[in-house]
Amino acid sequence: MEESQVVESESVATGKQQQLSQAYWSLVWWKFKKNKLAIVGAIIIILFYTVCGVFAEFFSPYRLDYQSDYLEARPQPLVFKNPAGNFSLRPAVYGLDQELDLVQRTRTWVVNKERIYPLSLFVKGQPYKLLGLIPMDIHFFGVNTRKYPDGTVFIFGTDRLGRDLFSRILYGGRLSLLLGLIGQFCTLILGMVLGAISGYYGGMTDIIVQRLTEFVGAFPDIPLFMALAAAIPVDWSPILVYFMLTLILVFIRWGGLARQVRSLILSLREREYVLAAQSAGASDKRIIFRHLLPGTMSHVIVIATLMIPGMILSETALSWLGLGLRPPLTSWGVLLQEVSAVRIIRFAPWMLFPVPFIILAVLGFNMLGDGLRDALDPYGGR
Amino acid sequence: MAEPLVEIKDLHVEFEVRDGIIRGVDGFTLTINRGETLGVIGESGCGKSITAKAVMQMVPKPGKITGGEIIYYRRDKYNPHKPTEVVNITNLDPDGDTIRTIRGGEFAMIFQEPMSSLTPVYTTGTHIGEALKLHRLIPKTVGEQMTQQMMQYRPVTKQEAREISIEMLQKVGIPKPHERVDAYPHQLSGGQRQRVMIAIALSCQPFMLIADEPTTALDVSIEAQILDLMRELQDTMEMSIMFITHNLGVVAEMAKEIVVMYMGKQVEKSDTVRVFYDPKHPYTRALLQSIPKVGKRTGERLASIKGMVPDPFHLPNGCVFHPRCPSFVPGKCDVLTPNWIEIEPNHWVRCLLYEGV
Amino acid sequence: MLSYIARRILYMGIMIILVSFVAFLIIELPPGDYLTVKLQQLQARGDLSAQQRIADYRARYKLDQPVLVRYWNWITHFVQGDFGESFEFERPVKEIIGQRALMSAVLALASIAIVWCLAIPIGVYSATHQYSLGDQIVTTLSFLGLGMPGFLLALLVLFFAMMVLKVEVGGLFSREFTDAPWSWGKVVDLLKHLWIPALISSVTGTASLVRIMRGNLLETLGQPFVEAARARGLKGSKVTWKHAVRVAINPLVVILTTEALPSIVAGDALVATVLNLPTVGPLFVRALVSQDMYLAGTVLVFIVLMTMVGSLIGDLALAALDPRIRLE
Repeated sequence: MEESQVVESESVATGKQQQLSQAYWSLVWWKFKKNKLAIVGAIIIILFYTVCGVFAEFFSPYRLDYQSDYLEARPQPLVFKNPAGNFSLRPAVYGLDQELDLVQRTRTWVVNKERIYPLSLFVKGQPYKLLGLIPMDIHFFGVNTRKYPDGTVFIFGTDRLGRDLFSRILYGGRLSLLLGLIGQFCTLILGMVLGAISGYYGGMTDIIVQRLTEFVGAFPDIPLFMALAAAIPVDWSPILVYFMLTLILVFIRWGGLARQVRSLILSLREREYVLAAQSAGASDKRIIFRHLLPGTMSHVIVIATLMIPGMILSETALSWLGLGLRPPLTSWGVLLQEVSAVRIIRFAPWMLFPVPFIILAVLGFNMLGDGLRDALDPYGGR
Repeated sequence: MAEPLVEIKDLHVEFEVRDGIIRGVDGFTLTINRGETLGVIGESGCGKSITAKAVMQMVPKPGKITGGEIIYYRRDKYNPHKPTEVVNITNLDPDGDTIRTIRGGEFAMIFQEPMSSLTPVYTTGTHIGEALKLHRLIPKTVGEQMTQQMMQYRPVTKQEAREISIEMLQKVGIPKPHERVDAYPHQLSGGQRQRVMIAIALSCQPFMLIADEPTTALDVSIEAQILDLMRELQDTMEMSIMFITHNLGVVAEMAKEIVVMYMGKQVEKSDTVRVFYDPKHPYTRALLQSIPKVGKRTGERLASIKGMVPDPFHLPNGCVFHPRCPSFVPGKCDVLTPNWIEIEPNHWVRCLLYEGV
Repeated sequence: MLSYIARRILYMGIMIILVSFVAFLIIELPPGDYLTVKLQQLQARGDLSAQQRIADYRARYKLDQPVLVRYWNWITHFVQGDFGESFEFERPVKEIIGQRALMSAVLALASIAIVWCLAIPIGVYSATHQYSLGDQIVTTLSFLGLGMPGFLLALLVLFFAMMVLKVEVGGLFSREFTDAPWSWGKVVDLLKHLWIPALISSVTGTASLVRIMRGNLLETLGQPFVEAARARGLKGSKVTWKHAVRVAINPLVVILTTEALPSIVAGDALVATVLNLPTVGPLFVRALVSQDMYLAGTVLVFIVLMTMVGSLIGDLALAALDPRIRLE
């Protein structure tokens, strides 16, 4: 009699809990949906990761390393005209002509408004492998080269080697955004595990982890980045540099996350359900991973989202200074390396085009993270 | 005959939130007499605190007073028998000069949370001194003309403020007031903090003290001390007290008259004895039955009021209490809105049972 | 209190030794640093004076000794004020940094002043007018500011100034004053140039401080003591500033000192690099790129030192401001 009552009440309790957690997530979703800024952020981020991260080859009109004859060509502006020069809904680009600049004694490319090349969707272009597997040669947009053999489409211009900047920005986004994601993922794992261990076990373990985070925290972020990145040997292969850089970013950033997880665990550790699990004989590992860490999840998601922009920006800054990624790797920071000289800003200002992309990505993450923070704490005021 | 100090007439306070409008106070009428203690009781969320804040003209955002009047029969602060003006508090600018002289100077308020009602970075002396600087003037005779004294007032000096602070701390029973005047809030216990709050409130000799659940957060023994202190000080200072609580025991001890509130309206009002021994409104009865009593048969369940407080966005038709009312009359209580009627001398009730419809 | 300070300083000392050792390792270990390159060059020249200089270097930096000895050699010289030599500039590190330290400090103080003078009033306004149009504008702008790192903004400003305004930005002095001795005219010229980099490097700081201030104040404004102060008859603005802001601003003091002190040494190195400012920041960046190890190491140690001193001062200031912490 008594026993059945206990079982009953327990099953009622779990049922209630399930209901509650369902209610919680639907409330979160409901609140998130209401936040327009967060939705916009989410869309930006999703777009960035699909266009740059996954399908850069398809969306870019040229291959990453394709060097055309057009060196430092201006961006070809998009116009809505047909080849005859009349208005058309179909966008087109002007052609480029070479001109001798007598003052600077250089050859430059100028826009020739006489020649108009209409753009097409899904055009045949340079071959590539989609997702690194499927050979294809269809690009999202471009000039039909069979019809217009000398047509080019450099909507953001080209660099010193005649490479299309727009394509390079899409490819560069892949490395930058991926570094943010991978780096953040590693930070998350390291920070959560160490934070949880430190919070759960306390004592000596806690002291050691705490001192370690303090020690890393004693170095200011950017200078330590720079110093560590400078320590990467010049003769390492680019891929190795990429991973080393990710590791450095992780190494510097896990501390903050670990501290937050630790304090969350400290408060969760005293809850009844953890005591219940302990008295039921659950192992420490099980308690940490099944009972404690899930409780910190919503908090951690928010912190992680808000930390990714910092990751991306650090990479950009380091690469821009020449301490991070190096060509032939292409990231947004590497693209900006070209702009370190004032000369470039004056004579090829379109090389600044990666900047708005970086800012947009950072803003997207910030908006998404902020919306998540509000949504995941639906009972909290503000 | 008791003289009215404040008359609240048909007060409405509304909160505009995203999902609609909540009527925090919905047609509340009440008179507070000079020198008397009035108890306001009701469940949490029934609009007691909002009413108190409306009297101070400090309804928290996003609330707004949308109707009714709060008439204050003002008197000269330094000559309490001389009426000066009649103010409608609801018309005052919430940050204007008039209401700010009234706040603290003429109506003082103490709150439910003594633990955090004092600014943590200032000493008790600073707190009391701040109120004194605003509201207390020291009279000095400048000369006599015929039989009338010519009085002038000057603000208190720092030294005087400190002396008065120490005196007030002594009055509210804080040990070693000379040292405690320099103590920071976190160095005091909860009971001491509430004593300090009372000292601040009374330092400017107000006409009325609004006590918003002043003992809810305190231990029972401390509660008794604070209540004693308030009664004692009221005797010596001749002020009114509006005592807001959900604790029936406390209100029975303190108040001369009691108003029972439910969902933003007053439902019953009479003197304390009659409310306790001859309650008329079913809600009041239910409230009284829910008090545990010593000496009753054990094993019996405590009576609780059935049902839940209704959703503020979907108030029931007719009498708002009818879904929970044990004397519910179908076809009447859920259709007609009860009126505020006096069923015997000074015993008012809002219930259709007494309306004979 | 005194014993607390003593413990903090002791702890700081231990941390500094550890940090300086790690800094030394970071700078010393990787192959291809400036000294190695330099020695190779000298070796290649092979003449007598080159041999002599190689020997000098070996003796001075104890190149043949193990790491610990080299570190000891470096750190003992360091505390005596001898920070070593910059191999790239072939001059003592102390001299090179000394030249630029003043400008770094001026720029850092200017941008800190801008951050605080803007952020506190804006944050207070935003919190006291929550959800108003002004608050929404502030929130949006601070959002943009947070997403806009200084060096990208500096690039954009440079571009805008060049292409649209057709003016030169960058540097802290006009050409005629660059090497001139200090005079009234030079100070005025400095002020004319200073505001642009100061403003640029204060954007992110201002944005984040506005958000922190707004959040802290909103939390404080919800506290009962604010309502109690109002019930005492205080004016709204006085309740806000004397009670709410006074409590809400306390934790920000730590931010001020821990960020201000190190920034006086190296400031926003990235912005300074873009704008080509004569401050320590770009020097540090350059030293890191070329692995000019004694120069880079010295700056790094100073930054860490300043961060620690800053956080100590911040904690002490917090204790002075907040009686709850003071009396513990």
